[in-house]
Amino acid sequence: MSRAGHALAVPVGHGLWVVPLLCLALAAGVAIGETPISLPVVGQVLANKLWAAGYPLDPIDEGIVWNYRLTRTIVAAACGAGLAISGLILQSLLRNPLAEPYLLGISAGASTGAVLVALAGLGAGALSLSMGAFAGAIAAFLLVAALAHSARGMAGSGQIILAGIAGSQLFNALTAFLITKSASAEQARGIMFWLLGNLSGVRWHSVMLAVPVVLVGLAVCLWHRRALDAFTFGADSAASLGIPVRRVRFVLIGCAALVTAVMVSMVGSIGFVGLVIPHAVRLLVGVRHARLVPLSALAGALFLIAADVLSRTLIKGQVLPIGVITALVGAPVFALILIRGGRR
Amino acid sequence: MDMSMADPVLACEGLSYAVGQTWLLREVSLAVRAGENLGIVGPNGSGKSTLLKLLSGVHTPAAGEVRLLGQPLAKMRRRQVAQLLAVVEQQAETGDAISVRDAVELGRTPWLSALAPWGEEDERIVRQALRDVAVEHLQARIWHSLSGGERQRVHIARALAQRPTVLVLDEPTNHLDIRHQLSLLKLVHTLPVTTVAALHDLNQALGCDRLAVMEQGRMVALGAPCEVLTPERLRTTFGVHGHWLTDPADGARILRLRQLPSHESIEGNSPHVQ
Repeated sequence: MSRAGHALAVPVGHGLWVVPLLCLALAAGVAIGETPISLPVVGQVLANKLWAAGYPLDPIDEGIVWNYRLTRTIVAAACGAGLAISGLILQSLLRNPLAEPYLLGISAGASTGAVLVALAGLGAGALSLSMGAFAGAIAAFLLVAALAHSARGMAGSGQIILAGIAGSQLFNALTAFLITKSASAEQARGIMFWLLGNLSGVRWHSVMLAVPVVLVGLAVCLWHRRALDAFTFGADSAASLGIPVRRVRFVLIGCAALVTAVMVSMVGSIGFVGLVIPHAVRLLVGVRHARLVPLSALAGALFLIAADVLSRTLIKGQVLPIGVITALVGAPVFALILIRGGRR
Repeated sequence: MDMSMADPVLACEGLSYAVGQTWLLREVSLAVRAGENLGIVGPNGSGKSTLLKLLSGVHTPAAGEVRLLGQPLAKMRRRQVAQLLAVVEQQAETGDAISVRDAVELGRTPWLSALAPWGEEDERIVRQALRDVAVEHLQARIWHSLSGGERQRVHIARALAQRPTVLVLDEPTNHLDIRHQLSLLKLVHTLPVTTVAALHDLNQALGCDRLAVMEQGRMVALGAPCEVLTPERLRTTFGVHGHWLTDPADGARILRLRQLPSHESIEGNSPHVQ
């Protein structure tokens, strides 16, 4: 197992089979849906749009593929990858198996921000739901970070976890307060739906934001892969291995927070991915981050593409919240991996 | 006793450290010579671990300075420090299913970068480190399948893979059975590096070149073991009655330690010394 680690020390090697796999998954995500579109048609639409190939196609098919399914599939992949690496970073740095992207108060803050915009009319229409959510997410994270920073005298990673819990509770309470105070039943349902994860509003501008953000996040993680490895035996041990612990924590946790905030503000808080994908990948490929980081990103992307397809097709004529699917499908799959991993 | 200050490998001057209002360490000055095995002894809570954490730069002193090969530690980059000084913590644990091989490879971290990726040399050093502590046969084993002694040896292999000039060990024989305690100490003493080790067992500490005796955050004695571990020192610092014996088998000097009669015991000092 470990021998392979050196060959993969430069993670570029993965690219050879990751790219076609990801393309195939994206194509499948686009093709499958309430109106199935054959893979050749998907290919022709892409050829038309990207190279002006000029295949004669039904404009409705073309519209569904290009504007609707392709965008949401790409964003689903980006979100899956982003949440998975954010969860991985937090689990590795904080040495806590329950760490996940929303630990930092980000989803709670995002929901408060979104609700403020949607219900209280904050920003007087100039702010979109997403911008409100992003602002809320960042505000919550800064609060949590400040709280963790000022909670000196507490050992190690405990302070950020406790600060995150406090921050999340506060913002969740604010959200609940705002909803009960000023939301109609219809509005409340819409917000609930959004909070559970919703890819239907996704268009090309979301792709243009999500993809670069996740690529930057991935690059930052890969750059710090050895630092992440060095935290295996805790922060003191990382320090004695030459890791500037404070700086690395600042950069990586900030990176995880930013990636998560962008994803949450676009599609709501899709649960389960950031917690479970890193664990599953760790059980399958071991603990070295040269492999863990790219494979977690890939697994997260594939998982959310599949979850999105399921959410669109499971019940005819209705789109389920993707967060429901991730938990319903993910939990048993994770149980299987746990049992298998335990036998190894 | 006369300490030659010529080029100490690791030195500290007026080192103090506090948590809140409590001083854990007060004005410790010390110079470790190249190649020596320095032992740090003292009762529980006397500041042994704190001193090691400051000497290795894991904690920042409230006052005073640490110098590593003449350079102020505070001004050095962590990576630079880790290339010169390796630490074996008292109990560094993980929940990760890391293999022995991977754990030892972590020791190469301070030497690797984008410009200096993993290479043949790293491979060789890791193999050597595994061999030095005799854990080669364990290299594919997963961390939580190892015994306490095996884990400690793997930590030492990891530290050796750093190729340090100074090795800092915090009670390395804790939780080991007697056979592994003796073999581990022998290993540490034969390594071609300068070592600074906190030790609990005074008879085992006799194998060090010099001993620093800690008491309530201060260093109260420094010198050859038989010079500093006087009956008076054992009574005041450790709260035990002790005197030297000669082993008829090989003429070695050993310490016989006994509990003080209760009216003599020193307040605040735990008499629980092996």
